[in-house]
Amino acid sequence: MPNYETFEHDVLVIGAGGAGLRAAIETSAAGVRVGLVCKSLLGKAHTVMAEGGIAAALANVDERDNWKVHFADTMRGGQYVNQWRMAELHAKEAPDRVRELEAWGAVFDRTKDGRILQRHFGGHKYPRLAHVGDRTGLEMIRTLQDHGVHQGIDVYMEHTILSLLKDGDRIVGAFGYERERGRFKIFRAKAVVLATGGIGRAYRITSNSWEYTGDGHALAYHAGAELIDMEFIQFHPTGMVWPPSVMGILVTEGVRGEGGILTNKHGKRFMFDSIPENYKAQTADNEEEGWRYTQGHKDARRPPELLTRDHVSRCIVREIKEGRGSEHGGVYLDISWIKQRLPNAAEHIKRKLPSMHHQFKQLADIDITEQPMEVGPTTHYIMGGVRVDPDTQMSRVAGLFAAGECAAGINGANRLGGNSLSDLLVFGKRAGEFAAKFAKENSLGTIDSGKVETIAQEALVPFDRRDGESPYQVQKDLQDTMQDLVGIVRNDAEMREALGKIGDFRKRTENAAVTGNREYNPGWHTALDLENLLTVSEAIARAALERKESRGAQFRDDYPEKDEQFAKVNTIIAKAADGSMQVRLEPLPGMPDNLKQIIEEMK
Amino acid sequence: MKATFKIWRGDAKGGEFRDYTTEIAEGMVVLDAIHDIQRTQAPDLACRWNCKAGRCGSCSAEVNGMPKLMCMTRLSDLPLKKPVTVEPIKAFSILKDLVTDVSWNFEVKKKIKPFRPRPPDAPDGTWRMQQEDIDRVQEFRKCIECFLCQDVCHVLRDHQMHDKFIGPRFLIHVAALEMHPLDTENRIAELRNTQGIGYCNITKCCTKVCPESIQITDNGIIPLKERVVDDFYDPFGWIWRWLKKKSDSKIETRNS
Repeated sequence: MPNYETFEHDVLVIGAGGAGLRAAIETSAAGVRVGLVCKSLLGKAHTVMAEGGIAAALANVDERDNWKVHFADTMRGGQYVNQWRMAELHAKEAPDRVRELEAWGAVFDRTKDGRILQRHFGGHKYPRLAHVGDRTGLEMIRTLQDHGVHQGIDVYMEHTILSLLKDGDRIVGAFGYERERGRFKIFRAKAVVLATGGIGRAYRITSNSWEYTGDGHALAYHAGAELIDMEFIQFHPTGMVWPPSVMGILVTEGVRGEGGILTNKHGKRFMFDSIPENYKAQTADNEEEGWRYTQGHKDARRPPELLTRDHVSRCIVREIKEGRGSEHGGVYLDISWIKQRLPNAAEHIKRKLPSMHHQFKQLADIDITEQPMEVGPTTHYIMGGVRVDPDTQMSRVAGLFAAGECAAGINGANRLGGNSLSDLLVFGKRAGEFAAKFAKENSLGTIDSGKVETIAQEALVPFDRRDGESPYQVQKDLQDTMQDLVGIVRNDAEMREALGKIGDFRKRTENAAVTGNREYNPGWHTALDLENLLTVSEAIARAALERKESRGAQFRDDYPEKDEQFAKVNTIIAKAADGSMQVRLEPLPGMPDNLKQIIEEMK
Repeated sequence: MKATFKIWRGDAKGGEFRDYTTEIAEGMVVLDAIHDIQRTQAPDLACRWNCKAGRCGSCSAEVNGMPKLMCMTRLSDLPLKKPVTVEPIKAFSILKDLVTDVSWNFEVKKKIKPFRPRPPDAPDGTWRMQQEDIDRVQEFRKCIECFLCQDVCHVLRDHQMHDKFIGPRFLIHVAALEMHPLDTENRIAELRNTQGIGYCNITKCCTKVCPESIQITDNGIIPLKERVVDDFYDPFGWIWRWLKKKSDSKIETRNS
């Protein structure tokens, strides 16, 4: 076996977005040696794209807020198939995690009395999102990054992990390559934390960057961990739709939080037409009340634009399908109308939504203080992921932890806006803490050099194929398939067709060829990422087929209603002994009575 | 409609501009064209990118000689009758094609003293800050670390004084820390002695290219220069601080 450069750490964290950084900081604080591997440069992860804020029941703006309300909101938003324990821990611990960021230098927007300001967001009963204008994610990642670099963390930028390494049943490290020279590296570790984010690149229209190819999901799956809730993909209701080159780029929910309204081509505010039964009691039934809510009137109920993302996305799709869409196939999102209500509205919009103002001006020649935006759903987030123990974040593979988007459980069938950033912090910390503990209790295992060599050889095969097709083309065809057949509206026949096509893509991937050499070669990287994309695409389709109902982010036109039977189960995906992908239903864990009572009281 | 791009291809050893012609659609940005060329003509063309929305600061390059984020540079704003040149930023050594070795920036940041807040002083164990007291710091914290300011700074670009000068990005980073209402650290001596603030002669090139429109020179570097001057060259200030330090150390001795 060639002598691959080998690094040794107690804990290896894969991914350096919010969850990975927070895990690495915690691990380091526990006094163990930590390595942090990231696909891009440090500080560029998708966390920077989070705009609206971090959900935490600080009760700075509305004193009625507390962890119980946040817990109930999260469970309601997730249609009660969430892992209750994760939702509980998240609601209880998020405020401390936000205050901790402030102690590390984050500068949140302030209330008049100098505390952290909180804003309204979809599905949250009270104003709950700590924020910095519409660039909260940047603030969060920069704070963690700047704090983290002084904690003795070894950072490996522009490295990609190809496979986890095991010794018997436990994790002993990971194997990957660095982009600059294309050299392979071995990372030995007593514990590994996956924090690789999402799977957005499996779809054509997405807010995610090239990195989000389901790496953590696939690495864990192949290492023997289970995946849970993979059918639940969040299609964010407001992505840009025009011009074509910007399709999918996120438009923050903050626009609606600040009073933005959704209208169709007839100028009708269509969200008032379809308020779901379980949200009727807490949703405004007239425009005046909705406006007053966004302006902080505590007696007002939220406008229907701030219903959960799954619901708003479906309403937008309905408007477009029934011919009431905007010029370029979306609907209108209008914040400029608030000039009828506010003096200096243009200034107010620019101050509250500076990135949105800049983004539309620069990319679409639209001044959002004067004109409505055109928006439509974009693949944004996967609720499903690695199944973990709620308290420790360890998967069923000893020493393998996961946190953030690539882990699952807290969000159930739909994630509330703002719960992602808090999820990264709460469970990033927990994963780091328990990975460090595991590392202290275990020694380094043995690396199977034969296995390593096999992975290395497989990774280099695309260079040997002379006439194979371009990996970019395979990726594009996969994205089209997932978008068209396993997208917002699904049915049995289309998903079976998609599974057939995924099988074909697998064969095509085995024939994909790359040119050039190993140094910083994006064609090669695209070919290597395909394997993970195919694994998660198959998992999504199989889980979605198994859930024969519509719930949260999963909408099936062959089963358009909720089904009580499926209210009690999660879908679980695991790799069988013969290498095939198995899906099964498993009952939800039983919830303690005190939490049941909280949910009942808040209904 | 088609347009031609002259893209720099090569590595640290050398390279050349190569022409690629690709189809142009409405609304396209330079990064879209690069992606099209990757997909159809040059699959191994190296470039960094992530968010494609001007938030992550990964896709910095020089487009027709101007430092830009490729994802925010509209083709409709460029003359397309002649080829559009795209080349890597110049203040750092080339790794491959449009990708440069920016690791120096990450090393510089590690050496800057971190945030050190005063103890929490509000009854709930946190702090109070007024919005008007943090507006300036928030402006600096908009930085997306695209390093375009480093690219155009003549101290780094032309004189390659990376060992003596930290560049506008990190002067702004120091400014954000120094002006943070809670911070108690003092970074003024390093600014003068090892971080080389004196090398900046306020040509404002950095401010001009900042995609976040941060007033790097006026709001950040100049006030820092003033603090350096106050600390090192103002005799009254010097005596006052010397006396204060003496009395502070007495208090500390009493408390310990």
